Amino acid sequence: MSDIDVAYVAKLARLALTPAEIERFGAQLGALLEHVGALAELPTADVAATAQVIAQSNVTREDLAVPSLDRETVLAQAPSREGPYFRVPRIIGEEA
Amino acid sequence: MSPMDGAYTRASTMDAAPRVTVAATAYEVVMGIECHVELKTQTKMFCGCLNAFGAEPNTNVCPICLGLPGALPVPNRAAIELLVKAGLAFGAEVPAFSKFDRKNYFYPDMPKDYQISQYDMPLTVGGIVHFWRDDGSRGSCRLTRIHLEEDTGKSSHAGSRDGRIAGSTYSLVDFNRAGVPLMECVSEPDIRSREDAVAYLEALKRTFVALGVSDVKMEEGSLRCDVNLSLRPYGQTEYGTKTEIKNMNSFNSVARAIESEIARQTSILESGGRVVQETRGWDEAAGATHPMRSKEQAHDYRYFPDPDLTPVEFAPSDVARLRQALGALPDAHLERLIVMDKLRVEQARQIVDGPGLFEYYAAAAGISGKPQATVNFLLGDLSRLANETDTPVFSSGVTPEALAELVGLSDAQTINSKTAKDLIARIWVEGGSPGAIVAAEGLGQLSDAGAIDAVVSEVLAGNAKTVDDYRAGKTKVMGFLVGQVMKASGGKANPTLAEARLRERLDAPR
Amino acid sequence: MADRSAAEVARAVNARETSAVETLEAAYARIAERDGAIGAYLALTQDLARARAERVDAAVREGKRLPLAGVPLAVKDNMCLEGTPTTCASKILDGWIAPYTATAVQRLIDAGAVPLGKTNLDEFAMGSSCENSALGKTANPWDRSRVPGGSSGGSVAAVAAGEATLALGSDTGGSIREPAAFCGVVGFKPTYGRVSRYGLIAFASSLDQIGPIAQTVEDAALAYDLMAGKDPLDATTVDREVEPAAAGLRDDLRGVRVGIVKEFGLDKLEPDVRACYEQAYDDLRKLGAEFVEVGLPTADYGVATYYLIAPAECSSNLARFDGMRYGLRVEGPDVGATYEATRAAGFGDEVKRRILIGTYALSSGYYDAYYVRAQKARTLIAADFAKAFEACDVIACPAAASPAFAFNAKADPVSMYLMDYYTIPMSLAGLPSLSVPCGYVTPAGSDKPLPLGLELSAPLFAERALLGIAHAYERGTGHARAKQIPTLADAVSAR
Repeated sequence: MSDIDVAYVAKLARLALTPAEIERFGAQLGALLEHVGALAELPTADVAATAQVIAQSNVTREDLAVPSLDRETVLAQAPSREGPYFRVPRIIGEEA
Repeated sequence: MSPMDGAYTRASTMDAAPRVTVAATAYEVVMGIECHVELKTQTKMFCGCLNAFGAEPNTNVCPICLGLPGALPVPNRAAIELLVKAGLAFGAEVPAFSKFDRKNYFYPDMPKDYQISQYDMPLTVGGIVHFWRDDGSRGSCRLTRIHLEEDTGKSSHAGSRDGRIAGSTYSLVDFNRAGVPLMECVSEPDIRSREDAVAYLEALKRTFVALGVSDVKMEEGSLRCDVNLSLRPYGQTEYGTKTEIKNMNSFNSVARAIESEIARQTSILESGGRVVQETRGWDEAAGATHPMRSKEQAHDYRYFPDPDLTPVEFAPSDVARLRQALGALPDAHLERLIVMDKLRVEQARQIVDGPGLFEYYAAAAGISGKPQATVNFLLGDLSRLANETDTPVFSSGVTPEALAELVGLSDAQTINSKTAKDLIARIWVEGGSPGAIVAAEGLGQLSDAGAIDAVVSEVLAGNAKTVDDYRAGKTKVMGFLVGQVMKASGGKANPTLAEARLRERLDAPR
Repeated sequence: MADRSAAEVARAVNARETSAVETLEAAYARIAERDGAIGAYLALTQDLARARAERVDAAVREGKRLPLAGVPLAVKDNMCLEGTPTTCASKILDGWIAPYTATAVQRLIDAGAVPLGKTNLDEFAMGSSCENSALGKTANPWDRSRVPGGSSGGSVAAVAAGEATLALGSDTGGSIREPAAFCGVVGFKPTYGRVSRYGLIAFASSLDQIGPIAQTVEDAALAYDLMAGKDPLDATTVDREVEPAAAGLRDDLRGVRVGIVKEFGLDKLEPDVRACYEQAYDDLRKLGAEFVEVGLPTADYGVATYYLIAPAECSSNLARFDGMRYGLRVEGPDVGATYEATRAAGFGDEVKRRILIGTYALSSGYYDAYYVRAQKARTLIAADFAKAFEACDVIACPAAASPAFAFNAKADPVSMYLMDYYTIPMSLAGLPSLSVPCGYVTPAGSDKPLPLGLELSAPLFAERALLGIAHAYERGTGHARAKQIPTLADAVSAR
């Protein structure tokens, strides 16, 4: 299986790629997908999926406050700020 | 089924627009509602920053809720339990195993560019929300699921008309809200009318507030709801094409948005058109919905189990413990008030929704055995005093015992309504027993015919001109004369008796 | 002094035979002398280090004893250290100052370690040679025409070249063990969940694990004991008592059952490499170990499984590097264009490849065929190990199929991925696993011996047994400190 649509995947991943990169990555990812295709040989039909190798559950915290970061420390790292806010470029789509 | 089904009215209380009533159309309305409710915890979902509305921008933030490199989430146990209690209140099932997943998409107010949510294994499944309609009938809506997720930050849009995103040149982001625990409560498409939609939302709100799950303040964004709405010809089993309506900021605007969207879809269908499946935003000022420009990005959220978090498991004993902790629920209170005490739905709602009113009512009515009279005082004079003095009724000098006594005195016509009103105002401040005060100060109503006759004679003698007017046919002066009797009796006369005696004397042939 | 082990440094500082400040100055002198040729460090943290060293000396003067008193520590630059740049060797984080410190780093600092600086790595820890760093080139101290291995190449090179006494690395599919083998030092990846990941910039969350890189097994055990244990800030750390490994070090292998994996037959290796591993197995036997053959029938699928799971997690973990809140921003006409331009400019090719493959593996229509299938394969691999460990206490195999290779030798990504063939299965199973030096080979046409590493892996949470066995092997063979790196004199003169 090497039907990877690199341009579509790059859009999902928010990576701008040049046509040359799309071609190069397409070939490399195709080769990798060929390699991982071998997994189809494994008898996995009745096997449970492992999301975490150490089985634990209900690891939680108490609802107790911890001091927050200093705002200036946080905003000093921002590529762009305006007053107490992070400033970001024009948003095209509404959150739908 | 509500009598409103298939028709919709714009109630005059909704806004100042002219009252419009559209006759039943050929279409049945089908709605499902998704609510996002911010949970009332001390701290955020995955970090120890305060969960507080209205703080200075970007002050309740830390490496975790800002998604800084290397930071990891740890779930707030209180949030998980609050959500499960919310589900249990509606009879939802709590699966033994639940997990957190990542929902991947980019948005500037989402710090990690994925949202921790729950995909296929929510904390609660199913359940049913019962609600009462104004006419005393009962409706219900099934819940699909309730799951837990984290809220996003808040963007404000600059450079555009009234801060809207359209036409803005850049945006400013505040991450105080990012990571606040949010429960998403998804209903089945069981709702058939605007009134039911509002009654459903009110039932949710009432329950969440009673459980301490959330403040449910739409104006602060702690409740946000999206309505999925479609129409279909009566009798058709398949659903029509739905639209999703967003951006309502009060129950009132939910009702208006639904009404507007029903009208829009109806006119499309009636003119032979097709409804387009889309998300529409409610514009409060315009009183209409408009299509929202969706994110240009494809909707492929690539959900997968969050490897930073462990699954959540509930043993039957944990569920039992939480169920036990629910206590009596508002819906049970409503049922008692409406079915047992025969109160009107609107009064029952006011009692259940008022702070501490139900317990107060139950105590007072329990003693007096007179539900309606108790409610009349409670929602009348007592609620007015509560508003004026900004004191809850239960903290006033009027104890449930005092109210029950007052109801008894009033019912036995020992005191008249004027005296009752004065007593309430006095006891509100000073406390004390109405019966004792009435006895000590002789405030008992004057119901003795002889005594009243004496006062009536006095009044008739002193108001000859009015008496003439009455006899000349201006019978509405009766009110004035009764007032004079009340005044002359120091407010103690039984007004009904006084009027009867006055009539008898005035109408008697001379 | 710079070549002492961490245990020796701490003993000397606690005994006030030397001071932490003196030790620190010697370490910086060594770095000044050698790092121009090696390139282990991306940044030095002199001010912080001097302040820490002075505090350690003050504490010692007050009579306190600190287990790592004055030990010069190198930190891989994917771990946060408050107030210092933390880059992941990526342009996208160049200039970012961490506002907090990773738990593992903090625990070592609290124990008296003195952080010298941040070391180079493959960008976001994705690579096996350190060549994927966007911010610097690190050479193998044994032969500077060769790679140090990766991704923890800088930390490993620093310890090998005597530019740090102890270092922290992170291992996702072999990123501590493979470079440790290439540079002739001890590199240890604990059981998944043993050491907090809080403050470790995530590559693949279900696999990432911080571990020590040291000159000796004893030092690795010392550092592990201090770092391991539940961290309330990392939900995946395990709340389970840590048996002190430093107290379990042993000198013989009597009664130890060593498993040799049938599928990892040495016949695939070059003859000199093969001879070295055969010698290593012999040495284990001479120390008293019994040998059993075990099967890992799914081990061959490790690389395929890993290259779906790790990229899938990475595609989500690295989404946050979007130019909005910190790091690089390449401004476009709108948010979407800014994301795309920032990420295009900020990430290198290997990171992009993994983000793309991971995004694809999670995308609608491919999720079950790739991601879920890989998770199921992971179950089978872990089950294979569990079965193998019924018959043995530890599994021995090569840490890598070859010694360090030359720069630019692995142009094809898949051939680079196969460098982790021996380390990935243990990562997928979450096992504790380490590489300990086991000998040297000198490639044809070279006069520079190159180290090889023996990989030893144990059941979940059997760190104490594992480190004990490795210690016996190290003591019994002496490979770890058998040779002074012959080319370091030349490294000094090359400056």
